[in-house]
Amino acid sequence: MKFAVVVFPGSNCDRDMYHAVKEVLQAEADLVWYESNLEKYDGILIPGGFSYGDYLRSGAVASTSNVMKQIKEHAAQGKPVLGICNGFQILTEAGLLPGALMRNEKLSFMCHQEELVVENEITPFTSGYDKGEVVRFPIAHGEGNYFCDEETLADLKANNQIVFTYKNNPNGSVENIAGIINKEGNVLGMMPHPERAVEKLLGSDDGLRLFQSMVQNWRDTYAKNA
Amino acid sequence: MRKVTVYITLKQGVLDPQGKAIQESLNSLGYNEIEDARVGKYIELKVEDGPNLEARVTEMCDKLLANPVIEDYRFDVEEAEGL
Amino acid sequence: MLKTHDISPEQIEQDKLYREMGLSDQEFDMIKDIMKRLPNFTETGIFSVMWSEHCSYKTSKPLLRKFPTKAPHVLQGPGEGAGIIDIGDNQAVVFKVESHNHPSAVEPYQGAATGVGGIIRDVFSMGARPIASMNSLRFGNLNTDRTKYLFSEVVGGIAGYGNCVGVPTVGGEVQFDDSYEDNPLVNAMCVGLINHDEIQKGIAAGIGNTILYAGPPTGRDGIHGATFASDDLGEDAAKDRPAVQVGDPFMEKLLIEACLEVIHSDALVGMQDMGAAGLTSSASEMASKAGTGMEMNLDLVPQREQNMTAYEMMLSESQERMLLCVKRGREQEIIDIFEKYGLKAVPVGEVIEEKVFRIKHHGEVVADIPVDSLADDAPVFHMPSQEAAYFKEFQQMENSIPQVGNHKEMLRTLLQQPTIASKEWVYDQYDSMVQTNTVVTPGSDSAVVRIKGKDKALAITTDCNSRYIYLDPETGGKISVAEAARNIVCSGARPLGLTDGLNFGNPTNPEVFWQMEKSVEGMSEACEALGTPVISGNVSLYNQSKGKSIFPTPVVGMVGLHESLEHITPSHFQTSGDAVYVIGEAEAEFGGSELQNVVHGKYEGKAPKIDLNIEAARQKQLLDAIQSGLVESAHDLAEGGLAVALAESVFTDSGLGANVKLTGEATVELFSETQSRFLVTVKEENKASFENKIADAKQIGVVTNDGTLEVSVNGTAVIHDDVKQLENLWRGAIPCLLKSKA
Repeated sequence: MKFAVVVFPGSNCDRDMYHAVKEVLQAEADLVWYESNLEKYDGILIPGGFSYGDYLRSGAVASTSNVMKQIKEHAAQGKPVLGICNGFQILTEAGLLPGALMRNEKLSFMCHQEELVVENEITPFTSGYDKGEVVRFPIAHGEGNYFCDEETLADLKANNQIVFTYKNNPNGSVENIAGIINKEGNVLGMMPHPERAVEKLLGSDDGLRLFQSMVQNWRDTYAKNA
Repeated sequence: MRKVTVYITLKQGVLDPQGKAIQESLNSLGYNEIEDARVGKYIELKVEDGPNLEARVTEMCDKLLANPVIEDYRFDVEEAEGL
Repeated sequence: MLKTHDISPEQIEQDKLYREMGLSDQEFDMIKDIMKRLPNFTETGIFSVMWSEHCSYKTSKPLLRKFPTKAPHVLQGPGEGAGIIDIGDNQAVVFKVESHNHPSAVEPYQGAATGVGGIIRDVFSMGARPIASMNSLRFGNLNTDRTKYLFSEVVGGIAGYGNCVGVPTVGGEVQFDDSYEDNPLVNAMCVGLINHDEIQKGIAAGIGNTILYAGPPTGRDGIHGATFASDDLGEDAAKDRPAVQVGDPFMEKLLIEACLEVIHSDALVGMQDMGAAGLTSSASEMASKAGTGMEMNLDLVPQREQNMTAYEMMLSESQERMLLCVKRGREQEIIDIFEKYGLKAVPVGEVIEEKVFRIKHHGEVVADIPVDSLADDAPVFHMPSQEAAYFKEFQQMENSIPQVGNHKEMLRTLLQQPTIASKEWVYDQYDSMVQTNTVVTPGSDSAVVRIKGKDKALAITTDCNSRYIYLDPETGGKISVAEAARNIVCSGARPLGLTDGLNFGNPTNPEVFWQMEKSVEGMSEACEALGTPVISGNVSLYNQSKGKSIFPTPVVGMVGLHESLEHITPSHFQTSGDAVYVIGEAEAEFGGSELQNVVHGKYEGKAPKIDLNIEAARQKQLLDAIQSGLVESAHDLAEGGLAVALAESVFTDSGLGANVKLTGEATVELFSETQSRFLVTVKEENKASFENKIADAKQIGVVTNDGTLEVSVNGTAVIHDDVKQLENLWRGAIPCLLKSKA
């Protein structure tokens, strides 16, 4: 499985994501500048940071860039797309995921480890976790307050699209939502940073299984199709 | 040349913590008459005049300037003078 | 409207207009001698900024010469954008601290943000990737709306810039005292990592080579607004001259990536950021360092505003700009790299043989100055120094023990003093983890950042106890270096060197200059004793509130090396049953202490004494014990003494406590701030080996798992408190102060 870590102007967790999948997971991965072609990649990783300085709204400018068309096509083919932090914001702005990320309830940026509950373990991203399992991932955001209307929320629940919730909601997100998946089950967006939780030395390696799950599921699908 | 002024506000019903902080702060300064404060964005566009100007600005708002999930917008169009 | 360049050289001399730019009569005479004519308006402006304290160190130079700056592992000492120290494996660490005090007092958010941006540029202009930021902040006590505003905005500005630019803010220190009320201190430090063969210098070498300007266009930002308050400029000129620089961290992020790509091109000759005094200092310094001259055409400089004068362009401090010297004929290669990141790079001049700094504008030569005169000929002042009157008085005071009725309550009170209380409210706003190297996050003695792919890490700390320095500048100066080194050693690293951020009051006051002189002497002595050379630094003078100088605040930013990841040592207690040791004995030393402030509401008397031989020996022994795997946790004793250190050590998620038995005078044992002391925990089985290595270590108790802090003195229980409750007080103090009505 070959990963593309999409780099927008202002992305700043791109190298961290690359390190996690390439050096720690030892998967194939490239840092891919946003003007490049994504055809040869099996999984798209949209990293955190401040694409376009977060000007206008977080993720808004990046969501209109040309590479998003490719990402949408990639997603339509059922291939996995993972957006973390600013990547999640970009995915909602692009309409690949419902809802929006608003300013944290307490208005300030926050950065620390948070406990998350795995709500849905039957996704290509979370098959390595148990349902209800509590994991520790860092958060680092100023606009991670997930919002959607009642109807969308009902949909999310009905389709089991809520993948991660916060144990102690830090930012005011609706229903403690930390990460959601699309209906088709191949586009995951989340505010917490699994790529920052892949080595015990840095406080947690709970995030590694998320990337391992992606590779495992891709292999299973690929083996089946072959 | 036209000047388009776009006003973007959070939808009614969407929590606006920044507005709330402003309201509380004004109240604490003794302006107890403030019942609510909402914070939004103000964008000035210098636009070349052309057909369907309003329709095109609406499109711009929908596509980029506002996020329809959480925001409402309105805009004014006027002759651009000394812009 | 009369344009500034219409002001004749004669008028500048007659009306002494140069004084308003900050030049003295004597300096103006020197300029006339150098130029062999009267300088015009633009030239006078250029001299005024280059001969300012910020650029020339004219008052502090005689003092800075006292610092030891050389050692075999120092690859670059003071003089470049930042200093560089070898860390083996062809790698080196680059770092510097810089102050942004005055801009932060005027516009705290942007002042702090641009301070962070500036120091990051200093580091990547050397060719290094910035890997960590730190800061050292001082504010008045949090009891006025203004101070709370300054504090919140400064922290917001550091966070806003640092988070976006993707350099983790891994820690720092914040202290509060009335002397900083109108004049907060914002010192930002950046640390970068570089390979030896990638080190860049800010030089404009090679006659005929091209000078490229990279980054956003120049505006009227940061031009000393007060320069011309007279009517000569016309009203509208003054109006459209904002003095506050605004930072754009997004631009800086692009600039970092572009510059770090540019250094791999052999078309690049030299690179320097446009910091203070913008185009003037970067251009003239690059030529001066290379022994060349430079000619620049201002018509080619990208401009954000209309009708900018040469004076304005040369003095503008618009942010996120770089100046590069590039081999002639290969400009396009470099321009293309910048363009990839959406940045403009344009040729604005060339390197010339004649050692002059020649500026053209609208086809005219508007400045023609011998280039070395700007960087090297700045006057050096030996200011009169006089021992402060208070010092004699303080030295005659006997050490006395402040009266403490209830030690348990006193510990609670101390933990809520803003200088001691948890700074979580501050550092939670910083992205401390981006780049995924941060092993020890903010809140410990030192931050620790690992180096990917190598079995090593860097420890980083900032420190300065300005109260001791106020009481006794020489002793306080020693302590400030020693304490920084203690922080580094406690984390398990070997101190490598330091950068100094010297913040003082008005140097024309002989007592202030004496504070500067003595503290630098003390720091230098400690640097020698502890083997930590000064590799870079910054001087900020004229810091005063309500006509009174701030406490002398020479901030130390120190970096150390963990020779193995195994050596990384936490400051918190780890496991129930571990033995608790204290290294060094307490004495009745309360001058400048937190306890003195709480009990007497002032700082007076003698600063705690320090013996640098004992300090060096204990640091060496402790590091040896850590490297031998004998130490579970280590924390230095600082503000609030042993009791505060014990409490901080049990603030963990794992419900630990401690049971400690002391003998002696309770207040001294608990709260004295005697120097060169450490709190260390050791596994039962390692006790003998540990004691063998550290002669001055004494076991005082054990780590428990009952979530209680218990301390007895001479067999009598003096503290028996619930750790969670103590922790809540400590964590809640600053948020509580910020919320309370002034």
